[in-house]
Amino acid sequence: MRSRDMQLTQRAKQVDRRPMTAWEKLYLPSILKGMFITLGHFFKKKATIKYPEEKRTFSKVFRGLQILNRDEEGRERCTACGLCAVACPAEAITMEAAERQPGEEHLYKEEKYAAKYEINMLRCIFCGYCEEACPKDAIYLSQTFAPANYGRKGFIYKKDDLLIPNPKEDPDGYQKALGERAVKK
Amino acid sequence: MAEAPKLFKVTIDNITIEVPAGTTILNAARQIGGDVTPPAMCYYSKLQGSGGKCRTCLVEVAAGSTADPRPMPKLVASCRTNVMDGMVVKNITSERVTDARNGVVEFLLLNHPLDCPICDQAGECHLQDLSYEHGKEGTRYEFAKRTFEKEDIGPYIQLHMTRCILCYRCTYVADQLTNNRVHGILDRGDHAEISTYISTAIDNDFSGNMIDVCPVGALTDKTFRFKNRVWFTKPVDAHRDCPTCCGKVTLWNRGDEVLRVTARKDQWGEVQSYDGKPGWICNTCRFDKKDMNDWVIDGPMKVARHSVISANHYYSGTVKPQETVAEVMGGRAPKLLMDIHSISDVNKPEVHLSELPGPATGATFNSPTPLKGSNGQD
Repeated sequence: MRSRDMQLTQRAKQVDRRPMTAWEKLYLPSILKGMFITLGHFFKKKATIKYPEEKRTFSKVFRGLQILNRDEEGRERCTACGLCAVACPAEAITMEAAERQPGEEHLYKEEKYAAKYEINMLRCIFCGYCEEACPKDAIYLSQTFAPANYGRKGFIYKKDDLLIPNPKEDPDGYQKALGERAVKK
Repeated sequence: MAEAPKLFKVTIDNITIEVPAGTTILNAARQIGGDVTPPAMCYYSKLQGSGGKCRTCLVEVAAGSTADPRPMPKLVASCRTNVMDGMVVKNITSERVTDARNGVVEFLLLNHPLDCPICDQAGECHLQDLSYEHGKEGTRYEFAKRTFEKEDIGPYIQLHMTRCILCYRCTYVADQLTNNRVHGILDRGDHAEISTYISTAIDNDFSGNMIDVCPVGALTDKTFRFKNRVWFTKPVDAHRDCPTCCGKVTLWNRGDEVLRVTARKDQWGEVQSYDGKPGWICNTCRFDKKDMNDWVIDGPMKVARHSVISANHYYSGTVKPQETVAEVMGGRAPKLLMDIHSISDVNKPEVHLSELPGPATGATFNSPTPLKGSNGQD
């Protein structure tokens, strides 16, 4: 008998199968009761907001669009070590490495850099493993999400789309893109 | 006087094994295999005289022999100590050994730059494995790490002196495999460095084997430099008829491109032996045969399950898996919603990394004719 009484949740209710009383058969009182509940919601606080005029604040741990970071001097931090790509469960990240040449020291932090870096946002599940795997603090997930697009091709994000603004040329844009997540570190 | 017994009984971590007299503790442990085998950074069974330098293979001898069962007072280097009959050795069962090994790893990492994200050896580096197992997360060293001036030692081999742990394996290769060693260890102590002294190029036909014996990323293949990470390449065993060497190699492919050629490695990370002879390969096989048509494929290389190289590799032998979509769709090919190559800049079919003599540069990927003047410098 134990198994029949066993309930999956605390809220499970036994179905009442007794025949309806005369009051219940009238039907209208129940309809009115339901109408009043609906009417009451007109005067309650709305659960929705008018996006995009109004935007919700994200939680501090929100994981959005990836950003390729630069150091204080504006050099790219990424060394194309491939740890983000191997950590990526969706296999969304691909890259191609190149050697830094004399004269390019102001562009890239280390002697090897990512000449090409792509994230397939159709594949990305925003798990944040790439950020966790990165030994160079070069990639982090920002608090924005990937904007909608008409075609699939618009979701292949390349280095131009991912790189943070140069702090020397555009300090405000850099700070804005850095957001709260990066400051915390 | 009775003749010494031919086989010595030795107990390593409570496992008893009989080995011929003259075997070192390390080799006896390797016959048992598994966790009881001490790690070795400088000892290389195929190179005579190697070992005794890195001290990672230290073990505790709890009883010297049946005749003299006193324990040895200090930890001994297992690669240089021969077994005695009735010897009792403690490796992973001894706390002293684990503690000493942690210390050795800390010392090895004192001057190591830890630039694994750039290093081509990452993923198959013995020092990486060792420090992963025994190392601490931080360092207690407060001084600047030793650095060296960059030196060019030839068109094929890239030397990163800062990564070197001075195991001397490469000098043994030059002594024992080539007829003329032109490089060596200069200076002493903290200043010791591997160099060619007057920057003469190392161009012997078997010099490339130095890359294979190097336990760290100090000597790496210049023709593979920065082209890909090892764990994204597909290792396949292949062979060719080579007049100078055994011709049995592992190709590290990306698609159908041969990015790197190395000798085949055994379970200890050493070059595989064939009929008792180490399978060293010549520079022609290693550096000049970067075309699939040069090789006969034997099959995919067996990669240890725990190795990072096994990540994202799906094995089906040499048989290509069957395409089932067309079959269940009544002969119709699947409709592609997007061909990734039409938009992606990575892995472009017209860029042939295997044909570049050195690392790719920005010009390799951005110029309209990628292969011409791809070095960026010229």
